[in-house]
Formats: sequence, structure tokens, C-alpha cells
Amino acid sequence: MVTRQENFSYRLWRYEGAPGDLIPLLQSAQDHFGYIPRRAISYISSVTGIPESEIYGVITFYSQFRLRPMGKYVIRACAGTACHVSGAKMIIETIEDEAGVPVGETSEDGLFTLQTVACIGCCSLAPVVMVNEDTHGSLNPASTRKLVKKVSREARKSTEKTPS
Amino acid sequence: MKKIIVGMGTCGLSAGAKAVFDRLTELVAEHPDQAELGITGCIGMCFREPLVEINDGKSRVIYGGVDAKAAEEIMERHVLNDERLVDDNLIYTIEEDASTSGSEATYLDLQERIVLRNCGHIDPESIDDYIATGGYEGARKALLDMTPEQVIDEVKASGLRGRGGAGFPTGLKWGFCAGYDGDAKYVVCNADEGDPGAFMDRSVLEGDPHAVLEGMIICAKAIKGTFGYIYCRAEYPLAIKRLEIALAAAREKGFLGKNIMGSGMDFDMKIKQGAGAFVCGEETALFASIEGQRGMPRIRPPFPAEAGLWQKPTNNNNVETYANIPWILSRGSGAYAAFGTEKSPGTKVFALAGRVAKGGLAEVPMGTTIEQLVFKIGGGIKEGGEFKAVQMGGPSGGCIPADQKTTPVDFESIPKTGAIMGSGGMVVMDQTTCMVEIARFFLEFTQSESCGKCTFCRIGTLRMLEILERLVHGEGEAADIDKLKELSIRIKEASLCGLGQTAPNPVQTTLRYYLHEYEAHIQDHACPAGSCLALVDFHIDGDKCNGCTVCARHCPVDAIAGEKKAVHIIDTDACVKCGKCLTSCSFDAIFTQ
Repeated sequence: MVTRQENFSYRLWRYEGAPGDLIPLLQSAQDHFGYIPRRAISYISSVTGIPESEIYGVITFYSQFRLRPMGKYVIRACAGTACHVSGAKMIIETIEDEAGVPVGETSEDGLFTLQTVACIGCCSLAPVVMVNEDTHGSLNPASTRKLVKKVSREARKSTEKTPS
Repeated sequence: MKKIIVGMGTCGLSAGAKAVFDRLTELVAEHPDQAELGITGCIGMCFREPLVEINDGKSRVIYGGVDAKAAEEIMERHVLNDERLVDDNLIYTIEEDASTSGSEATYLDLQERIVLRNCGHIDPESIDDYIATGGYEGARKALLDMTPEQVIDEVKASGLRGRGGAGFPTGLKWGFCAGYDGDAKYVVCNADEGDPGAFMDRSVLEGDPHAVLEGMIICAKAIKGTFGYIYCRAEYPLAIKRLEIALAAAREKGFLGKNIMGSGMDFDMKIKQGAGAFVCGEETALFASIEGQRGMPRIRPPFPAEAGLWQKPTNNNNVETYANIPWILSRGSGAYAAFGTEKSPGTKVFALAGRVAKGGLAEVPMGTTIEQLVFKIGGGIKEGGEFKAVQMGGPSGGCIPADQKTTPVDFESIPKTGAIMGSGGMVVMDQTTCMVEIARFFLEFTQSESCGKCTFCRIGTLRMLEILERLVHGEGEAADIDKLKELSIRIKEASLCGLGQTAPNPVQTTLRYYLHEYEAHIQDHACPAGSCLALVDFHIDGDKCNGCTVCARHCPVDAIAGEKKAVHIIDTDACVKCGKCLTSCSFDAIFTQ
């Protein structure tokens, strides 16, 4: 985490007023914090001279940027065309039900964030779900339920090990 | 010494190629004198990933569906004992005399691979691999032996048309841009592949990044470009990583930077990561995004050739277009124009997905029919289903029904059906796909991706989506079809960019070919495909139900009755068709009718 922090400050410190740097700055802030906190917006604004309102406008335009922290496990359910015709809607409803998180939200315990994405690019494995970096393909409601249960177990185990 | 090559594209990795690679790394370490291990990009057979190729310098043998255990067997028998595994896993072989065999031989043999020439063959992280296959020869020729006019004439003569979807002649585009002077001129590559269901650009970037770089360098020579940008989706981390490796290697070789290849020309480029906005596939919105603003389209004219990125003359092409260029320069425009049709020369990469048996990438000459793609290459419909339609062009495209399957895919024939070529996503649908639902799905996508600048695109698509939502819930009204038709025309007329101008296409084509499905939803409150949950009845399969009571507990209206360990029954009159039982059942016992 230390190096990441240096990266963000380093970028800002090196900022020379080159136009077009706002999006890379926001990307490195999100890399570092996991989301874009209010103070990062103020900080970027003070260094670049771009009004906070304009920065906020850019953040909310792009789906990549988040203004709230993410859960420990990010579930990305593919809702691309190939997955859609293979029953993605049912898969997404199953995850919402089993994990208890609506699409776009993070669970109260901070464990899960559920998102839908336009296409992961594994169309031949449809329907596909990504849990953090791992891809799970050819799912049906039953195997999806199993998958979420397995991730929940892992999540609970790891929180027991590292009490916060 | 044999070479073992593992396909490590995104599709391979998601199917488990990393575990195979790791196991092979251990095994090869035990026999360093017998084999060496390498990686490659996607060869296109996504349906058989992970793929492992054994190359003994004479023949190439490709195994599909390999896991760690199969990798051990391949190592033990094929690599160490020269015995090919003859089973389902052996999918493709090329012998010394170029004869081919294997269970998936037709998949590759029916293709003409120009854009994908190196994908699945070379190590994408090695510039020397690329050079060994004739890489950077086209750039060398353009830079050292040709004038900019000659380069443009060569591209014009090839007849290459932009592969991003619109099909504008590439040589003509370059010629326009070359005609404007500026202290800076930009070469932009659109790698923001946003169509859900299309992944050919990702495979090229992951499997053969130098081809794109070389194409851009040749373009820079033609238009006297000073700097390049590759605008790549942030959702493609592997593509970005391989592009970065490629850029560093090209700089080291002197192919980028000052005085490249000793030609006196200075040119460099960098990667800009997109931040997730479909509208940024539109070129003026893409420029706004590179400039660090909200990606909203601008009014044209002025066209990008005159005032594009930072208001300087700019040429923008997509990944596949640039990847064609080195081949055209090194082999000649005549060789390229020999493929395809008269008005659409060359080849096109298609991403086959959906209900097709063999989903993956296929590059075929323009003019190949939909039938050949879906049945000969794609192996027909999954699970013996019935071919209903293909959807081409993503959310901007349309559905082509099965009875038009002899339509050739090229820039002239496809638009006649009401669909568009688009970037090449081809999603196959079978009898279980409801065409009203699919129109709703695309509208939902374009509605949420509309940047909001033009009123009709912003509000009109929302009104259409509301109507379609009602239809799939069985709450349609007789006037809805006329309203949809009218809104489609208005949105197309009153939108500034391609997103709005094409957003009604999925609705218009489904209305054209599947009007009866719309009418069934409105008049009979029925879904002929049986996929709109609000319009079907839920039942329990007595053979599969074991009486676990989970569905009954999930049912919000107590419509499911049954004792523990006894078959349950759904009261269809009380059922509100929420689908909770369907998603809660672990035994696949709930079905719809």
C-alpha cells in the first residue's frame, strides 16, 4: 500500500498542468484508496486548478469511478449480450438474493459489492461472473448459489482470522 | 527440443490456463533439455480453452480443454515419448506438409487469417517473435522507400474500409487528414471496444499488439502524424499490460521515438485508459475523454481530419483496421483486395457468441454467409436448439432472422437487412430468446449509456424503454407499436452522434421481422419464446423435487405447498411470477411453460 500512496502523491507532485491529466489522476487516486474520497477531489482541485464541480462531473460521467468504498469481495456479473441470452438475469437475481446485496450496492458488513458489467469478454463461457480476479463460467442458479455460499464462507473465515 | 505453448489470452485465463501454465513450468523444469515453455494469445477457439500447443519444429499439435492433469499426460506421453494423445483433447494438427486434421480442423481451415495472422502463434510479449514473422517490414517499407502519397495510394488501392462499423474507406480518410497542415497531428487508435458481445479487438491487442503499433506508425508516415494515442478500455487490463510491453520494446528497437528506423521521422505514442463510457467509442467523444473531459460528442463539421484531438488534425481508426495495414504494405494492396467482395475487400473478424455451439473468434473473407459462419464454423446451435436469429452490431445493430441466413456479411448486404456490420459481434439466438425482451435489453443499455446531450436520445430512449418494460410484463397497449415506430424515427433524426442515431435499430429490426411476437405480448399477454417470466406459468418437476422446502420458504405469497421430503406444488393462481423459486432451487426442479 505504501508504494501505491507514493504513486498518487508522486503523480500530483509531478503535475505540470498538462491538459488531459485529470482522468489518469482520478484513476490513480482510485487505485490508491479503492474509491475517490471527497478529500482527494479537493486535493486534485487545489493542485490542478480545475473546479471541484467539474471534477465531480467527470467522475460521475464514467462508470469506472466510485465515490464510495467497495466491499472486500467484488462480484461482477456479466450482463453482456451473450450472457443475457444465456440467462444472466436469473444469475444476477440469485446473487442478489443469496448475498443479500442489490446491484450497485455494498453489503452492510462491507464484505460484498455486486456490480453488473457490460462484457467481460468470455462470451463463450456465458453466463459469467467474476469474483475479484477469478472468473466463473457456465453458471446456473444452483451453481451460482453454491459459489456465493463458498465465497461467504471464505469471507467469514478470513474476518475471523484477522479481527479488526 | 519441443516447444510447449499455452494460450494465455483473457479467455484462456478464465478457463484456467494459469494453473496449466504453472504445472507445465514445474514439469519443464524437470526436463530442461527436452522442452521449453512459451505463451501466446488467443487463437480464437474460446470454446475449447485452455489450449496447449506442442511444436516440434515440423508439426504443430493443439490440445484443447487441458487441465493440470491433462497437462501432465501431454508432457509424459507427447513431449517426452513422442506419442500423440488421440482423444477428444486433440483438436488440431498441422503436419510438415501443411495437411491438417483434428476434431476442430474445420474451425480453423475455413478461415482466412490476416488480422489474426499472429494471434495464437507468437509470444505477444516478444518483439523478436513478431519481427521473425515479417513484422515491421511494412513500416520499414513505408518509412524508407515510400512517400506519404504512395502509402495513402496503396491503402486506397487495397479497398480497406474502417472495421469499427461504419465502413468508411481508410485510404480516403487518411487522404483527408493528410490534406490539413498543423504544428501537431495525431494518430488515434480506438481500442474502446464497448459492444457487449464483441471481443476481437481485445484478442488482437492481447495476441499481437505490435501489429497495431506498426499500423499506427505507417499511418503517421502517411498523414505526417506527430504523436499517437491508443484509447483502451480499462476493463482490458491484460491488453494494456501487453501494449505497454510492446511500446517499450518498440522504443528500444528504435521503431518509436526520434528518427525512427533512420527515416528522419519522429513519432511516439502513449496509452490512454478509458474510464467506462460506451459513448466514447464515438470519435469526437473519445477525443473529449482523452482531453480529460466528460466524453460527450461534438458537432461536426469541423471533422476530425481538420480539427480533432486538441483541435488539431487527427486520424482515428479502430484496432482491427490498423492491424490490417502492415499486411497490406508488406504483401501489397492487390493481395489484400483478392479476398472478399468487390466493394468490401479483405477479411473481417467475427466474435461468435450466444447460443452457438462453438463460440470464439473467426476471421473470414467478406461475403461469407451467415449460415457458413454459424453452422460450418460455429458448429450450429448449442444443445440442439433451433436457429432463430443472429444479432449483429451490438446495441446499434439489429437482428437478422434465420430465413435470411444466406445473407453475405459485407458492408453492402448487412445494412439491407436493417442491421449493421458494427465491429463484428455476432450473437446467435435460438427459440428460447424473446425478441421483445432482447429489444428491451439493448434499449436499457443505450438508455443508460446515452451521454444526455441530445434530448431525443436522453428522453426518447427512456420512453421507448418504459414501453418495452410494460410489454415484457404483459401490460402493453394497442397503441404501443405505433409509439415505438414514431419514437424510433424521431430519435434517429434528432441525435448528434452514432449512439442516438442507431439506438432504435434493435427495436426497428425486431418490429420488422417479429411483429407477431410484439402482438402476442400485447393482445394475448403471452411470450411465444417462454422467456418473459411475467407471462409464463411456473411448475415443479416431480422427478427432480426432493421436498427440501427451500422454494416454499422463498415464496413471498405462499403459493407453494408441500410436506418435507415430498414433491411440492405451485398454485399458479396465487403465483405472482417473481421467479424467486426458480433462482432458489438447487435441484433445477422448477420449470416455466
